[in-house]
Amino acid sequence: MLRLALKMLFGDTGKYLMLVAGLVFATFLMAQQAAVFCGLMSWTTATLKNVPAPIWIVEKQVEQVNETNPLLDTDVARVRSVNSVAWASPIYSGIQRVRLANGNFKIIQLIGIDATTLAGAPPKLQPGQGRLEDLRLPHAVIIDDLGRKRLAVEKGRPVELGDVFELNDQEARVVGIADAMMSFTGGPYVWTTYERALQYTPPQRKMLSAVIAAPRPGVSVEQAVADIERETGLRAFTNQGFGSSDKDFNTTTVWWYIRNTGIPISFGITVVVGFIVGMAISCQTFYSFVMEHMKHLGALKAMGASNWTLCTMLTTQAFTVGFVGYGIGMLLTGLFARAALTNKQPPFYMPMSVPFAVLGVILFICSLSALIGIWRVSRLEPAMVFRG
Amino acid sequence: MSDPASSPDAPLAARIRGVTRSFGDGGTKLLVLKGVDLDVRCGDITMLVGPSGCGKTTLISIIAGTLAADDGQLEVFGNDLRKMSKAAITRFRAHNIGFIFQQFHLIPTLNCIENASVPLLIQGVSSRMAEKKAFSLLEQVGLGEHAKKRPNQLSGGQQQRVAIARALVHDPRLIICDEPTAALDARNGVLVMEIFEQIARSPERAVLIVTHDNRIFSHANRIASIDDGRVVDVHDIDGSTPLPDHLTKLAHG
Repeated sequence: MLRLALKMLFGDTGKYLMLVAGLVFATFLMAQQAAVFCGLMSWTTATLKNVPAPIWIVEKQVEQVNETNPLLDTDVARVRSVNSVAWASPIYSGIQRVRLANGNFKIIQLIGIDATTLAGAPPKLQPGQGRLEDLRLPHAVIIDDLGRKRLAVEKGRPVELGDVFELNDQEARVVGIADAMMSFTGGPYVWTTYERALQYTPPQRKMLSAVIAAPRPGVSVEQAVADIERETGLRAFTNQGFGSSDKDFNTTTVWWYIRNTGIPISFGITVVVGFIVGMAISCQTFYSFVMEHMKHLGALKAMGASNWTLCTMLTTQAFTVGFVGYGIGMLLTGLFARAALTNKQPPFYMPMSVPFAVLGVILFICSLSALIGIWRVSRLEPAMVFRG
Repeated sequence: MSDPASSPDAPLAARIRGVTRSFGDGGTKLLVLKGVDLDVRCGDITMLVGPSGCGKTTLISIIAGTLAADDGQLEVFGNDLRKMSKAAITRFRAHNIGFIFQQFHLIPTLNCIENASVPLLIQGVSSRMAEKKAFSLLEQVGLGEHAKKRPNQLSGGQQQRVAIARALVHDPRLIICDEPTAALDARNGVLVMEIFEQIARSPERAVLIVTHDNRIFSHANRIASIDDGRVVDVHDIDGSTPLPDHLTKLAHG
């Protein structure tokens, strides 16, 4: 009977395509918008990925990584003095403007790291694109892959090793190209030494953006964070990834953006619209499909098909459409993801929970559609088939 | 022409006594069956005739178990349908009753074999077995060549022959037909009845036909006339006695 149910479904091409289209639309909109939202949120923590360190220490009012409330230079030493800390290094992080050889200005995210240890250097340089140690050379900077395009003087000729640009009227020479996560502000990351970063930046009384540190062997990150906060009065965070703990900088950063910006509401509304439109199209079309087949369902009921059999048929039809719609919707989302990841924007990050959540929502819509059909069929009098 | 009527001692397919049925409530209540008595015998083709609204369709719905009687006794092959649960009646119907509807009610997206195999699939028979049996029935009704066609590729008469194959595919003991020739022209109506009589008639099986179509009276063994919710006359046709006046009038339009 299930095979017959599917033949009934596929045979009604118009309704079938309409049902699938509604669910494709819902799947694509929900999955794509959720992934773009997650991508945008992951961009907010890009600095934490691009300047890797187990512990970040910031001024005590700071709530998220893109907020800069400078520290005193002596705070690095104070952190180093904490017994559970193995090492601590200064970090400069700020948005600056670079002047290209053709006179154009571009916004960048400038990162200054400790020249001695190179702690906070980009995790991975592109193969054959320079050496980390070259950062110690005069005027040396490392840029990310996005910078190759954004800081290019001519279109179609990306920045190469040895190219130069100006930062605050001072020369900066590219000695390396790194793989990095895109920043929330959209500007490329540019790494240099801490001292040089201060030279590239208009002087201020306090310039130290943050201190990065690591715990001594045998001491947990959480313990070190607690010790640093207790002994220095500064604010310390772990850097283990979103959701790992309340004391994680990724977590506090993402939640700060969720609470303090309209981003989740904007994306949330689009996701809800996808859900409502998908549900409306699916339920209405499936109901209409059931109503059109009512006389056939009545005939089946008269011939001895039980309510259970008919309910199973309707459920099979609804869920088949659901899985087909979900599959095509996710395929489209995959194509969108490919384009987004190739172009590096719009932001796209799909945690494993997103496809499962979308599948759950689609199955909910299908269940609702099936229930409406089942409600009609269960009230169907088989004797109606004799009434012409 | 019909075979001689079965013996009065032939086993009963359906025994109906004092069955009533009404629709609506209060002031709008309409008593459609007002105490029907009728025996449907195995081996017979019994036709129910009468004017529109006299209760023919309600009566076959009750005999088929698709509608409950308000009162009276109703036994089908010795089973008291009024004492059976809805689920039990549904199962009983699936195994014992075949249906032929006025509007055929073939599923348009299925081909003839699939349509004809539906009653077996409802019983849980495998698709392969069901379609094999369905094809054999389609050959018997002369549609072997059209087995893979969909209903909309067939004429009305051919569609009704598919419906006959569907009604017989699971070897039911009672076949209920609701105006089987009403949607067909005269030639196809007669042709369908000839095929139907040929393959449906059996000593173990009863056929109950509701009809307005006087052209097919000659295929009946018994004709029960219903008027105003009651069976007013049951006439056995043995080929030698003429039809009573009221049926003669019907037969001659």
